[in-house]
Amino acid sequence: MRRIGIDVGGTNTDAVLLVDGKVVQGVKAATTADVTSGIVAAFQALAKATDLGTRIDALMIGTTHFTNAVVQRRYLTKVAAIRIALPATAALPPFTGWPQDLAELANGGVWQLEGGHDYDGRRFMPLDVAGARTVARQIRESGLKHAVVTAMFSPLDSSDEEAIAAVLHEEVPGISVTCSHRLGGIGILERENAAILNASLIELARETIRGFEQAKARLGLSAPLYVTQNDGTVAEAARAAAYPVYSFASGPTNSMRGAAYLSGIKEAIVVDVGGTTADFGHLRLGFPREANACVHVGGVRTLFRMPDLISIGLGGGSLVDLTQRRIGPASVGYRLPEEALVFGGRTLTMTDIGVTAGLIELGDRKRVGHLSAGEVQSILDRAREMIEENVDRMKPDAGEVTLIAVGGGAFLVPEKLEGVAKVLRVEHGGCANAVGAAIAQVSGEVDQVFQGVSRSKAVEAARKLADERAVEAGAAAESLSMVEAEDTPIAYLPGNAMRVRVKVVGDVAASAVPTR
Amino acid sequence: MRQGHVAQGLEFADRAGSTGMKQLTLDDIEALAVGAWILGTGGGGSPYHALLNLRRLYAEGERVSLMDPDDLRDDDLVAVVSVMGAPLVILERTVDSRLIARAVTAMEEHLMRNFKAVMAVEIGGGNGMQSLLAAAHLKIPVVDADAMGRAYPEAQMTSFAVGDLVPFPLTSIDPRGNEVIVGRTASWKWMERVSRKVCTEFGSIAATCKAPRTGAEVKKWGIPRTTTKAINLGHAVTDARRRHADPIEAILQAESGVRLFTGKVIEVERRTTEGFLRGRTVIDGLGDDRGGRIEIDFQNEWVVVWRDGRPVVSTPDLICVLDTETGEAIGTETIRYGQRVTLIALPASEVFLSPRGLEYVGPRAFGYDIDFKSVFRS
Repeated sequence: MRRIGIDVGGTNTDAVLLVDGKVVQGVKAATTADVTSGIVAAFQALAKATDLGTRIDALMIGTTHFTNAVVQRRYLTKVAAIRIALPATAALPPFTGWPQDLAELANGGVWQLEGGHDYDGRRFMPLDVAGARTVARQIRESGLKHAVVTAMFSPLDSSDEEAIAAVLHEEVPGISVTCSHRLGGIGILERENAAILNASLIELARETIRGFEQAKARLGLSAPLYVTQNDGTVAEAARAAAYPVYSFASGPTNSMRGAAYLSGIKEAIVVDVGGTTADFGHLRLGFPREANACVHVGGVRTLFRMPDLISIGLGGGSLVDLTQRRIGPASVGYRLPEEALVFGGRTLTMTDIGVTAGLIELGDRKRVGHLSAGEVQSILDRAREMIEENVDRMKPDAGEVTLIAVGGGAFLVPEKLEGVAKVLRVEHGGCANAVGAAIAQVSGEVDQVFQGVSRSKAVEAARKLADERAVEAGAAAESLSMVEAEDTPIAYLPGNAMRVRVKVVGDVAASAVPTR
Repeated sequence: MRQGHVAQGLEFADRAGSTGMKQLTLDDIEALAVGAWILGTGGGGSPYHALLNLRRLYAEGERVSLMDPDDLRDDDLVAVVSVMGAPLVILERTVDSRLIARAVTAMEEHLMRNFKAVMAVEIGGGNGMQSLLAAAHLKIPVVDADAMGRAYPEAQMTSFAVGDLVPFPLTSIDPRGNEVIVGRTASWKWMERVSRKVCTEFGSIAATCKAPRTGAEVKKWGIPRTTTKAINLGHAVTDARRRHADPIEAILQAESGVRLFTGKVIEVERRTTEGFLRGRTVIDGLGDDRGGRIEIDFQNEWVVVWRDGRPVVSTPDLICVLDTETGEAIGTETIRYGQRVTLIALPASEVFLSPRGLEYVGPRAFGYDIDFKSVFRS
């Protein structure tokens, strides 16, 4: 099996070749505005550095392009938002709580209809199909090409969303419909917000993935294209183009997955130290632990699968204040090669501290000769405290953990840390994110409320459903394993109610990987 | 079908405007959401949806006035409102401000009398803001008072129950046009049982108007000026954050609280029994408290704090667990390992410190065989 993993970051596009599970070569190229030429450049650099052979089985690409579009308010399309919950929830219609500028870009019209379900699966109101048909015609006349359907308690019963989506497809040829139950769990506003962001990014996603396909064609590859997701798995290109929000946090996820793979360790805390920040995450069964709380994207509250990350201002480019004994949060970022003292610049950065202490060899060491050993040690101690505190915040319990340090600034992570049994550094750690892309698997998941059954029966039912979803997404059924099972009792609800979340992962199914 | 669909019977007539009262600004309301969450003492449900409703109502030009309880005439009638239900259901069937107003008008129709003002049954959590939603629609003031001074898990845990006031009638509203009046119950406990049953049938969420109170009753048994208290708390926190000062210090100063312990969460244990979220969390000391350890028991809200097997602070004193850095309150449903937290106590209302008050909300009402000793009285 020969796979190429590519990670398109803000500064660099990294590429690795993985042959039968071994990293053969990793390279870096500059990210370009059009994304595609950066990918082509990275691929060509890889081909120059090593023999790619005659056959590539899969190309996996990770990108932060879609998050950036939301944050920068660019490339967003107007969306028709349909809510199925009347006469409930009318007081807080779609786009409630959105930043005004973003709402203006994405809001193509709001419609509310009767229907939906209750927490126990009972129907809340009969579904207003006739009303939906009228809405669909209005949407057709308005020329909108993307719609979102959100029904009350759809994570428990998605039939109303599916019925309305069918009506839309009948009445509005070519429309894309994002159903909210595909994107999140309980919490109607946050789930709907994620669905709206998704729908308004679909045109950009299609175009981006077309760019990936073109890059692939220019390189003469016929291998299938996969796009990496927030949870460390991949989706086939067509599916990824329909669900861009699932790629929002794939960058940090890929570097954590890569760290797990390169070290062979599945339970650990990972710190990825870059130029500006250090990102901390918790690897559980080789995957990043997911955030339980709401995640804000570009000022919008959403709730969908994202890794639980802590990001602090500590990196190779972080500014250092010796008198205040303070590091960051500001950083010289990509200007490090001009601004750091060791490179002849005028700014004292963590890289200068690292060079003075002999942790890394870079630039001209004589330029930092004026720093006293005491000052340098005091700053390194501060960095150690920052790392210790955030490792501890990420830990699942009080026991000692393994810490895997990756990224260009990993030299700032000391060998001995309180609460850490061992600090691991790995070969190819600088390209951990592209490795994470190359090794990605396919997942299926369920987040549902169960009542009146035992805990084990509920988890079993959820597992079965998750397996079905993974196979549908392209996984090989025999390779599936459960990586997450969580059940939470629900206060106030009768009948031993519990919310069960289950996630399974498996390898990309062989039938989906034609050879060349 | 277009946005703005209004269910039948949910349009409210204009009433005479209130005079001589404090009109709340949107800033006050944002602060109230922060303060009510702190006074929720770990429970009470998030005020977020109520805040969204109020932002919308304010954008539409509605305004809410706050009235001091002392300005009530003895024979004025006051509506006491709350949303009953499971927090999870409320995340999906978001609260509609018009339903809470409808609970009030349904009660007026039943009584054949109009209310002078509306008040919250509990200031802690989301219910601390429901009275404002009703008031905005009905154009009557909110009384600056509640019946808990915080949040409590059960309907009989109120100053009105301590005062042995009549527990009925109650109106319970569902948006599909179902309205139930509980005309009479034998006790506060029975009112909790019967109204809970109705709520469950509606889908585990209902807008309710509790037993109406006269001005005289509110003045004698209501817990005065708790809305103002929550607003002040919220302003203290946001101002401190703006000044990069310690928000927890600001809370303590605003409400004569005491800082009891600072540390990190090392263990959380939760279980649901008899419809309540019960459990325990363990916190190891940091900074000046390094080497120390406390345990906190909860039943929806924080109930008792233990140190070396001895109670340090217990209900009815307000037990608040706050994020050490931001001062944000942390709930019993969301607390988790690794969080840096500070435990503080705020004084309880006098009404709960009497032997009869302690019968309703003291440690024994939660199944702990210990005597209540306030941290505010040595």
